[in-house]
Amino acid sequence: MFPPTDRTWIWLAAGCYLAGVALGTVALARGRRHSSAAMYVTLAAGYAFQTFGLYLRGMAVGGCPLGNRFELVQFTAWSAATLYLAVGPAFRLSLLGYATSLLAAGLTTASLLVTGWDAAQRVNIFGGNAWIELHAALALFSYGVFGLLAAAAAMYWLRDYGLRRKRPDGGFALLPSIRDLDHMGRRLHATGVLLLAAALAVGAVWWAREPATVNAPKLAATVSVFAAYALALWLRLSDRLGGRRWAVACLVLFVAALLSIVPVSGRGEPAGRSVPAEASAP
Amino acid sequence: MSAGGPGLFHVGVSHHAAPLSLRERLALPPEREATLRALLGGGRLSELVVLNTCNRVEFYGVAQDPAEVSALENVYCAETGIEAAEFARVRLRADGAEAAAHLIAVAAGLESQLLGENEIFGQVKEAYEAARRQGGAGPVLNRVFQKAFQAAKHIRTHTALSEGQVSVANVAVEIAAGIFGELSATRVLLLGAGDIGEKTAKAFRSRGATELTVANRTAERALALAAELDAKALPFEHLAAHLPDYDVVVGSTAAPHAVVRSADVAAPKARRRAGPRLFLDLALPRDIETEVAELPDTYLYNLDDLAAIAARNLAAREAEALKARRIVAEKADALWRQIVARHGAGA
Repeated sequence: MFPPTDRTWIWLAAGCYLAGVALGTVALARGRRHSSAAMYVTLAAGYAFQTFGLYLRGMAVGGCPLGNRFELVQFTAWSAATLYLAVGPAFRLSLLGYATSLLAAGLTTASLLVTGWDAAQRVNIFGGNAWIELHAALALFSYGVFGLLAAAAAMYWLRDYGLRRKRPDGGFALLPSIRDLDHMGRRLHATGVLLLAAALAVGAVWWAREPATVNAPKLAATVSVFAAYALALWLRLSDRLGGRRWAVACLVLFVAALLSIVPVSGRGEPAGRSVPAEASAP
Repeated sequence: MSAGGPGLFHVGVSHHAAPLSLRERLALPPEREATLRALLGGGRLSELVVLNTCNRVEFYGVAQDPAEVSALENVYCAETGIEAAEFARVRLRADGAEAAAHLIAVAAGLESQLLGENEIFGQVKEAYEAARRQGGAGPVLNRVFQKAFQAAKHIRTHTALSEGQVSVANVAVEIAAGIFGELSATRVLLLGAGDIGEKTAKAFRSRGATELTVANRTAERALALAAELDAKALPFEHLAAHLPDYDVVVGSTAAPHAVVRSADVAAPKARRRAGPRLFLDLALPRDIETEVAELPDTYLYNLDDLAAIAARNLAAREAEALKARRIVAEKADALWRQIVARHGAGA
């Protein structure tokens, strides 16, 4: 742990996110809402540590740290935290902070614990190509948005479950209203689809120029995730998909999106070489 | 009076012992409270607060001689025209620490007909302020009431005595808040002019709903209720066509069959407001087809559902009441020791 490496800072971030989880869980257990300000500060502290850790990793690998599964999952968690800190309070849904801390803590801690995900770091994977780097960053950022969407969808499903079971009171009463969750979910869904569309568009420019570099499994996985999210959004906006099914779809799709990271982070990446993880320590 | 204390007493009637028919006769018109306050001074009562609400008429005072309390009772009976013997049968009476405990319990909502309700706290506060303005509250009652307010707030903060709605109308509005959040932009349609529907509409109004509409088979009754609720009226024959315009539909008609059909609710999106919809069926026989509950983004609650939630909430409050009563006893005991130490028996 000492001298501190990029992983040290990310462990500190995980600690803050876990503290946010503890804060929200204790409040829920007491049948109350947690302090929004305390949750925001806790998440912001975790975000600062994570940003610094990823910055160090980025400096070590010579670009946006998206070279292995650990970095991809970290970047997804970081994106969700970024979005929450930037626009979360505007939604005025106190439990969104708790959901974000759950998501960020889960992703950050899991990727730290599975050491195999960070066994080898690939440096300079974008070969100095800023467009590919932008494509990857946008795509991962959209995954972060979909992570928050999954959190909102989970709250929607729980609220809907309580209402349909005629148990709107108790713990269910602490959740935001169906309408608020629906509004937020639609916005997050549309934002994620737009970001992923932009990521694909940027990537397509490069792929058209260099078709030989296209990684077919990666392209298929990313396009499938995009198509599924876009279809679910269209069905929801056109009222062909009810709220409950939409919530389930968002949860299933996020799991699928996370699983799609396997082919995305697999073999056949563009330029880059693998180095042992210790090499990135500053 | 209480040994060693400054002569604090409580006497009065409430819903606990007096049925509604008797409470109607025991009600004290506010303008007649002055007659009782006239007993103050002149060597009779040294302090007096009159708590006069629809469910209770109670006097909290300080008197060194029990005869002074009897005189107060006699004046009250004379003002209300009640026989002293009849009053004695339903009278509640406590002295010293017990009187203080009763006041704390009343202010906390423990003695209310609707256990844990909040309105009583404001009513006790108003009664105390009125007495203070008119010279009825002196050193003993000032301390007793101030400490009772603190204790009542403590009970509300540290127990769940006031949590969860316990009336069908308020439970309905609470469910709507869980679905729509702010109710100010929520469009509510009241079907029928039944009593429970009217109460529910009023509960929606009190929670900020501004767009209320009434539809009733008898147009005159619909117009009259609409005027009373500051709502719009909708001709009943136009119901099916306008049903998609509303977020919340409250059924309380006396119709022998369902008046809201699933087919009318499942209108195409272009014809209806976006987002979730809530149907509250408060009628018997039911007004709303049960198939409505199967439609996406649509929630249906009937009278039994709402009553079950209200009963659950009430049971939870009753469980909390035990905890609250322990706090009342502790606070009253501490308060009374302070009063005795400060004022002794000669206040």
